[in-house]
Amino acid sequence: MSLETRVTEIIIDKLGVKPEQVTMEAQFDTDLGADSIDQYELIMGFEDAFGLRIDEDEATKLTTVGKVVEYLKNKDLDN
Amino acid sequence: MNRIAVVTGAARGIGYSISRKLVSSGWSVAGCDVLEDDLMAASGKLGDAFSPWILDVTDEDAVKDVSGRIEKELGSVFGLVNNAGITRDGLIMRMKKSDWDIVLNVNLTGAFLMCRAFSRLMLRQKEGSIVNISSVVALLGAAGQANYVSTKAGLIGLTRALSREFAARNIRVNAIAPGFIETEMTRELSKEVREDYASRVPVKRMGQPENIADAVHFLLNDVSSYITGIVLPVDGGLTT
Ligand SMILES: NC(=O)c1ccc[n+]([C@@H]2O[C@H](COP(=O)([O-])OP(=O)(O)OC[C@H]3O[C@@H](n4cnc5c(N)ncnc54)[C@H](O)[C@@H]3O)[C@@H](O)[C@H]2O)c1
Repeated sequence: MSLETRVTEIIIDKLGVKPEQVTMEAQFDTDLGADSIDQYELIMGFEDAFGLRIDEDEATKLTTVGKVVEYLKNKDLDN
Repeated sequence: MNRIAVVTGAARGIGYSISRKLVSSGWSVAGCDVLEDDLMAASGKLGDAFSPWILDVTDEDAVKDVSGRIEKELGSVFGLVNNAGITRDGLIMRMKKSDWDIVLNVNLTGAFLMCRAFSRLMLRQKEGSIVNISSVVALLGAAGQANYVSTKAGLIGLTRALSREFAARNIRVNAIAPGFIETEMTRELSKEVREDYASRVPVKRMGQPENIADAVHFLLNDVSSYITGIVLPVDGGLTT
């Protein structure tokens, strides 16, 4: 499964949005309706799924789906 | 069901009583305190369901470290009781800034650090209950306790803010406001002062630590599942 697909599935699961809403440009707050605590939980979801720890400074910059994918790509995940 | 709760200031007084109540109701308790001897004595009396953790709640790194170790050794923490508290009384004209700072650090910042550490874990498991031990003085005021009263009122603010942050996440946050309770803290007062206090309580006696422990047990458990963000006075009618 591609990284994009895995990220998209986590977002659909956590935010209860439709697959077609989850574009790479989609903003978590304005486009996907996530409040600050939803976004915090999303980050935790990515941490659990990809087995890494995202520190607070970086987490606050991950405001769109594409930014998350980009961030994870650069992390050189082994799974 | 064997649930785990963390209790600060668990070595003696109200915190010890809370721990005893929870252990006797089938909970596992991680008791945190700075008083090593008293904590070990408590551990001896309460048995294996009580684990002693030497922790200064004002120490940010230690809170982070101990919360991680508690989770690792005991499992998912469901309950957190912020009970550790100190006083440094004096009229404001004579109150040293150091007395202001230390009371704020222990009573309020300590609770903040514990809530921060454990709410992350509770959010992950999608359940939890936090109880902050405030005081009736937060509602009534008290001369000579500007520092202490400010922290106890601050705990009510912290409680209300967090109850809103977590309400939709199945994590409840409540406060208890004890009245005059007989413990080491109040035993330092003279007999006259204590009798004067007792005479002003509508039920005409001081409360026992067990009265607070019972209220904590109620707020931690699912029987109170529709209650969040409240301040529950346990004070013999003092604030009515
Ligand atoms: N006794 C009362 O009448 C009364 C009334 C209202 C509220 N309260 C509150 O109830 C709580 C317990 O009071 P108590 O009467 O049992 O007092 P206590 O002094 O007997 O117990 C307080 C405990 O907190 C611990 N503690 C202090 N600083 C700490 C720190 N930095 N880190 C970890 N532990 C620390 C102490 O070692 C002690 O074991 C306090 O928050 C107090 O403000 C008490």
